[in-house]
Amino acid sequence: MDGSPLVEARGLTKRFGDFTAVDAVDFEVRRGEAFGFLGPNGAGKSSTMRMIGAVSPIAGGDLSVFGMDPEGEGAKIRARIGVVPQQDNLDEEIPVDENLLIYGRYFGLSRAVLWPRIEELLAFAELTERRHDKVESLSGGMKRRLTIARALINEPELLLLDEPTTGLDPQARHLLWDRLYRLKQQGVTLIITTHFMDEAEQLCDRLVVMDKGKIAAEGSPRSLIEEYSTKEVLEVRFPDEAKADIAERLDGLAKRVEVLPDRVLLYTDDGDATSHEVWTRGLEPESVLARRSSLEDVFLRLTGRSLID
Amino acid sequence: MAATETLRVVENHARTYRRIWRGSIISTFLNPILYLAAMGVGLGVLVDDGAGRQALDGLDYLTFLAPGLLAASAMQTGAGDAAWPVMAGIKWRRSYEAVLATPVAVRDLVAGHLLWVTLRLLMMTTIFSFVMVMFGATGVAEAVRAIIPAIVTGLAFGASVTAYSATVADHTGLTNLFRFGIVPMFLFSGTFFPISQLPGWMQPIAYVTPLWHGVELTRAWALGIDPTFPTSLHFAYLGLWIVAGSLLAVRQLRRRMIV
Repeated sequence: MDGSPLVEARGLTKRFGDFTAVDAVDFEVRRGEAFGFLGPNGAGKSSTMRMIGAVSPIAGGDLSVFGMDPEGEGAKIRARIGVVPQQDNLDEEIPVDENLLIYGRYFGLSRAVLWPRIEELLAFAELTERRHDKVESLSGGMKRRLTIARALINEPELLLLDEPTTGLDPQARHLLWDRLYRLKQQGVTLIITTHFMDEAEQLCDRLVVMDKGKIAAEGSPRSLIEEYSTKEVLEVRFPDEAKADIAERLDGLAKRVEVLPDRVLLYTDDGDATSHEVWTRGLEPESVLARRSSLEDVFLRLTGRSLID
Repeated sequence: MAATETLRVVENHARTYRRIWRGSIISTFLNPILYLAAMGVGLGVLVDDGAGRQALDGLDYLTFLAPGLLAASAMQTGAGDAAWPVMAGIKWRRSYEAVLATPVAVRDLVAGHLLWVTLRLLMMTTIFSFVMVMFGATGVAEAVRAIIPAIVTGLAFGASVTAYSATVADHTGLTNLFRFGIVPMFLFSGTFFPISQLPGWMQPIAYVTPLWHGVELTRAWALGIDPTFPTSLHFAYLGLWIVAGSLLAVRQLRRRMIV
């Protein structure tokens, strides 16, 4: 069982009319890992997730999940995965615990199996005290936790999470991350889409950066930063009158210089040393900030800074 | 089609219904009581005292109206349960998205939904028949027998309206269906007066509507008279709507959900 990937895609393609949402991507997800799809809106992340979840037919290439074909064996695949969709689709008018019961019944599980499992999941999601309340009375974070609990009702081997923490406050996000980390410890394979860099760094062992339907880069968060960025980034702000030829005057100071409307980014392995050189050249910045490179720098380098709507 | 998956869909419909059954049962009782009191008894006196009895082949108006109204109410229930709840499943609550992420497939979802609509029709027509007997419109045996064609009528609408709801974009499409389809049918398909009273050019239109066939059958079975066409022909026409509606419902819902 081990060694063979849980999900394997070769040339996987999805089209909607003339629009190619996913353009011949290759990737593998191994058992027990947390795998991320990182990318801006419209990059093809959700389409890829839906194909893996066997609810969206593929337009080209090959896809296997648990070694099975989603086209012919969709029901068998869906029996072994849990899905946390981008938008909660809980039944708002029935109580928390009945949401779990009803969903479990769709998997053919008996009440005798379900009730003890529901107890565990309510505790896991910190919703035991709210179990008899209607879902519509829950906060956004609670609904999200309930959606995750519901996705675990069939004890899935693979959990698909489509932007699990979008719209949540920091406390709720951290609680969710903790729960997802625990699941990973228990051996559940996680596939996560996100456009939050910190989330990807926190949760993912390995990730791919998607852009316009293609995979722009692949690796661990650390290796992606090493490959596509520098150890540190120096963020420098200049007064307006000094901005005119700033790129030329900074030339050679860093491995890469990026001039933004409000500030200049110097990609360097030693922020303090570069900062010193900026002053040595006689430039007089308004402010200087040296920080470590993050996945965000990789992301912006690979997918560009322009808005995608 | 997987039978167990279908039954799970039915079971969960019932589980959700359990929370609203009181209100639902009360209105299912009230509806025929109000209609039969106002139109059957109140208006009926005028009809029976006037020239009406002749046009109705000697039937008093309450007896004529009650079975027709049973079929028309089954249409309302079948169409209503296949309109807003289906759009809610697709779009407003997205519950179909949740269900289809489990081993349940689109055909199981549609089959379970239509089986549930059938059970709802059974409840509704049973209550209606009870009220019909209370008003003295028909005998007990006739009222029980009339349940069968009424359920078939309701299901013809349940299946075809499910297909329609899976096709239209939002509630505007549903409102238009009721405004231009269900309500005119309710009024002009022989429920309140025989279609022979319609202008000549409108009568062929009434023949095409499934409700007219449903009203003919239900009235015939409730009163022990012969319908306009042979019974099997009326049933076959309604059956066509059920089969075609169900197949189309699966196809349209798959197109909508499995993209």
